[in-house]
Amino acid sequence: MLEALSYDFIQNALLAGILVSIASGIIGSLIVVNRMVFLAGGIAHTAYGGIGIAVYFGLPIFLGASVFAVLSALIIASITLKHRERMDTFIGLMWAVGMAIGVVLIDLTPGYQADFMSYLFGSILAVSQADLWFMGGLLGLIVFIMTFWYRDILAVSYDSEYANLRGINVPFFYTLILLLSALTVVVAIKVVGLILVIALLTIPVYIAEKLSHSLFSMMLLSGLFSSLFTLLGLWFSYEYDVASGASIILVSAGSLFVFLGFSKLKH
Amino acid sequence: MPIIEIKNLSFSYEKQTILENINLEVQEKDFLAIIGPNGGGKSTLLKLILGINSVKNGTVLTFGEAPKKNLAKIGYVPQNTNVNTDFPIKVIEVVLMGHIGTKRPLFGYANEEKMCALGALAQVGMEKFAHEKIGSLSGGQRQRVMIARALCAHPQILILDEPTASIDVEGQKQIYELLERLNSHITIIVVSHDISVIMQYANTVVHINKTLSSHDISNLKSEKNDHFCEVELFKKFKEKK
Repeated sequence: MLEALSYDFIQNALLAGILVSIASGIIGSLIVVNRMVFLAGGIAHTAYGGIGIAVYFGLPIFLGASVFAVLSALIIASITLKHRERMDTFIGLMWAVGMAIGVVLIDLTPGYQADFMSYLFGSILAVSQADLWFMGGLLGLIVFIMTFWYRDILAVSYDSEYANLRGINVPFFYTLILLLSALTVVVAIKVVGLILVIALLTIPVYIAEKLSHSLFSMMLLSGLFSSLFTLLGLWFSYEYDVASGASIILVSAGSLFVFLGFSKLKH
Repeated sequence: MPIIEIKNLSFSYEKQTILENINLEVQEKDFLAIIGPNGGGKSTLLKLILGINSVKNGTVLTFGEAPKKNLAKIGYVPQNTNVNTDFPIKVIEVVLMGHIGTKRPLFGYANEEKMCALGALAQVGMEKFAHEKIGSLSGGQRQRVMIARALCAHPQILILDEPTASIDVEGQKQIYELLERLNSHITIIVVSHDISVIMQYANTVVHINKTLSSHDISNLKSEKNDHFCEVELFKKFKEKK
């Protein structure tokens, strides 16, 4: 196991795992308390359209996925701010169309079929230096925004009508939460893939929510649990030579069951 | 000068008329109760006073100006404080939300804001619970926290939408006694169903069901010191019409 740590790609994977875990702990908390889980799933699958476009035109994958995810977040924000009651229909629509665009464009790209699975299930062992910069930059941005606008984001998440009465720009912060979710989903795709991204954004968060008295501690604990599950999952994947994304999710789900069992025993 | 002045106000939502030709004046230190059936337009009227809905026909003035200009002077306690009780948030954080944010530091909350929030909690007798999770409180306690949040910005008017719905009798009494104390320096507007309870505390009652009818209940109170029947009250409203 120790000798594995000397490989560059393992070091990159560990670093990427931690960066993405902390980011998804913070943003996952926001997604859960704002009841946006389905919405985040929609963005993740829509992002696949961006991956298809990037592959087809030979652009950097992260860039394509990010731009597409950000655009879909903006569209979803503008729709949900006006027609909240029809939100699920629109998300379902974008979910499927985004996926379809991705599948068709990757089909149309000559000689490019191999990596299809890596986007669905993640490819943390193939993280590049540039990917790490992107992940680190995103985490920096999230921490910056949460430091200076925590109280506004908390107010909008807890009681948006009241926040509006206190002069907080609710549509702006709602859109900001969605944009950060979109970017976090994109980096999380690299780690666990777009099918499993929802689990990474919700399982550690669910455990943290039960143990927290404030949104801040929920974010902190989520980041911690998420990092722990990711590292354990990676070890599991290395030791038994199985897919890393799926290992991370199974470790998380296993921990959730243990946690739920313990909390049942306590009562 | 009345602190709230409503003239010829009508409001409709997608062709359905909710409020029709409402005229109402609220004076400083009034304790106004708004009663009426569900869907009669009570909450809509509050939203117009608070500037959440915009006025299209007629005028609504708070402190002689458009409602949006005076948000800081009005404290609001919304209906249904039992939603979102899973949210991981401490009592003090909920109260801190009441600040309008003019003295806010670069990040977090200013000490002044924290002291002010604790003061507001003390006013409603909830300071001991400042660091509890909001979901662990009872309905009545949570309602008092919401009142503290509204008091945080030192409002001149306090507006409450069904403050005692789904709270036990003891909790209701505590809340009305609290409102009575606050009324010594704050104008209070309460939307409520509990007609007989509100009678003990309010000095003006208006009934809203699309249109408004008002009645000064001070003589009524002196006639009968204790409990009186709702039917009697509605009779009075009818006579006025």
